[in-house]
Formats: sequence, C-alpha cells, structure tokens
Amino acid sequence: MIATPFTPMASLLGGALIGLSAVLLMWATGRIAGVSGIAARLFPPYEDREFAGRLAFVAGLIAAPILVRIVSGSLPAQTIAAGTPVLIVAGLLTGFGAVWGSGCTSGHGVCGLSRLSLRSLVATITFMSAGIATVFVMRHWG
Amino acid sequence: MAILIQFAIGLLFGIGLIVSGMSNPAKVLNFLDVAGIPAGTWDASLAFVMAGAVAVTFIGFSRVLKLARPFFADRFYLPTRKDIDSRVIAGPAIFGIGWGLAGFCPGPALTALGFGSASAFIFVAAMLAGMVLARFVAQLPSSTRLVAPADPLET
Repeated sequence: MIATPFTPMASLLGGALIGLSAVLLMWATGRIAGVSGIAARLFPPYEDREFAGRLAFVAGLIAAPILVRIVSGSLPAQTIAAGTPVLIVAGLLTGFGAVWGSGCTSGHGVCGLSRLSLRSLVATITFMSAGIATVFVMRHWG
Repeated sequence: MAILIQFAIGLLFGIGLIVSGMSNPAKVLNFLDVAGIPAGTWDASLAFVMAGAVAVTFIGFSRVLKLARPFFADRFYLPTRKDIDSRVIAGPAIFGIGWGLAGFCPGPALTALGFGSASAFIFVAAMLAGMVLARFVAQLPSSTRLVAPADPLET
C-alpha cells in the first residue's frame, strides 16, 4: 500500500464544494446530485428529456481535472494500484450495485443523509461496511 | 443556459472531488483500511469530506426546498420511497465490494477520466456496463426477477 497524508482542511473544503454543487443542482434542476443515477440515465431506456443536462454535468466532472491543471499547473497525486482484471470486476460491481441500490456515495451518502432518509442511512452503512470488509480481506488475509 | 449551468455545477463537483482527495483511490482505500488505525496508517480525511459535504447540503437543501420551484424546472423531483427493501441493502453491498477493490466510486471514477490514466478508462467502461446491466435486469419480467421490483434509480 501507498501511505497518504491526512488532509483534514483540504478534505473539509473539498467536501463543502461537493455539497455546494449538490445544493446548486437542486436549485437549478430540482434533482438529486447522485452521480450513479445521472451516469446510468445517459443510456437507454430514457424516461425524461434531461439527457443534455446530465451529459453536461458528467462533462463537468471530467473537465474538472483539466481546469485544475490549467489553473494551478499541476494535479494532485492519483494512485490506481489495481490491475486490469481487478479494475474490470470492481467497475462492474460498482456500477451494478450503485444502480441496483438506487444510489452511491453522492446520492445516498451526501444527498440522502442530508435529507435524513432512513433508506440512505441503511445504504450508506452497508456500502461503508462492505468497502471496509473488502479492503480488510484484500490487504490483511492470506 | 440550463445546460451551461449544469456543466458548471458538474465542474464544481469535480473540483470538490479533487480538492478533497476523493479522486485518489489510494486515499480512499487507506480510509477504508480500518486495520490501519492501530498501525497508524489510517487516513481519516474522507470522514472530513463527508462532514463538509453533508453539512453544506443539509443547510442548502433546507433553504432551496422552501422555494416554490427550481430555477430551470417546473417542480422538485425528490425521492419518495421510505421502505427498506432487499435492494437497498444488496445494491450497496455489491457497490461497496467494488469500491473496496479499486477505491473508485462513480463520481471520482468519472473525474479520473480527466486525469488521463488508462486505468480510469477501463474502470469507467466496466462501471457503465454494470449500470446498464442493472437497469436491464430490473426491467426483466417479474417471473425472472431475482428480487422484488422497484425503480432502480430512485434514491
């Protein structure tokens, strides 16, 4: 494993920006800033006419590091330790599970908890527990 | 105009992910590694991401939802379900395993595309396939459903 420094202030600030984004999306479109729901709805079946707005939001997510690199001249460290087979399995599980459970870290974890939703609390405790258990097995078993 | 605003809101979300450290899977995995608490390698930063995000969203939602309607839409589209069904446990359990394997959840994975690493593209391609698969399975006739039907995208 690669050690990472504890960054409470930057993380608090970054979290506040994520929250501000969720609030602005609710103000603008009246919808939850759940990334898995937004990304999944880029594909058929289409249930409404919000495709362009969702694509714009996802494009913004992808453009963020490009803007940060232009403005600050560099990007923070990003270490992806997993190899290709693990990335494929992990991606499938992440995408399937997030949609099957109606949300991910943003939809349930940020927006749902902020709305005091019991469903989102159950979902958040479950994915946190599953993530912790998976890392424990991967790093400390065998 | 609405499209441009949504691009800017996504951009802000992505900047938040980068500033907070969520865009680095190593940091996410070090947070999930609770065995690192006694070992001294635990990175508690992500608890601060969550705290900052929930605090701002909690206050902001309570103000915005007092408005008659959103700026670019006719009404607010809020999740209405309150029941705890099998899917709201099984889904996050599956998602959590994927998260623990690679250190990516959907938002940071998409933002990672802009970092330009090949690994992020592989993960996102698989993730999108998993999303499409989940919606497909959820729409199968009830006789072939594994569990009770529900709107798979309602938070």
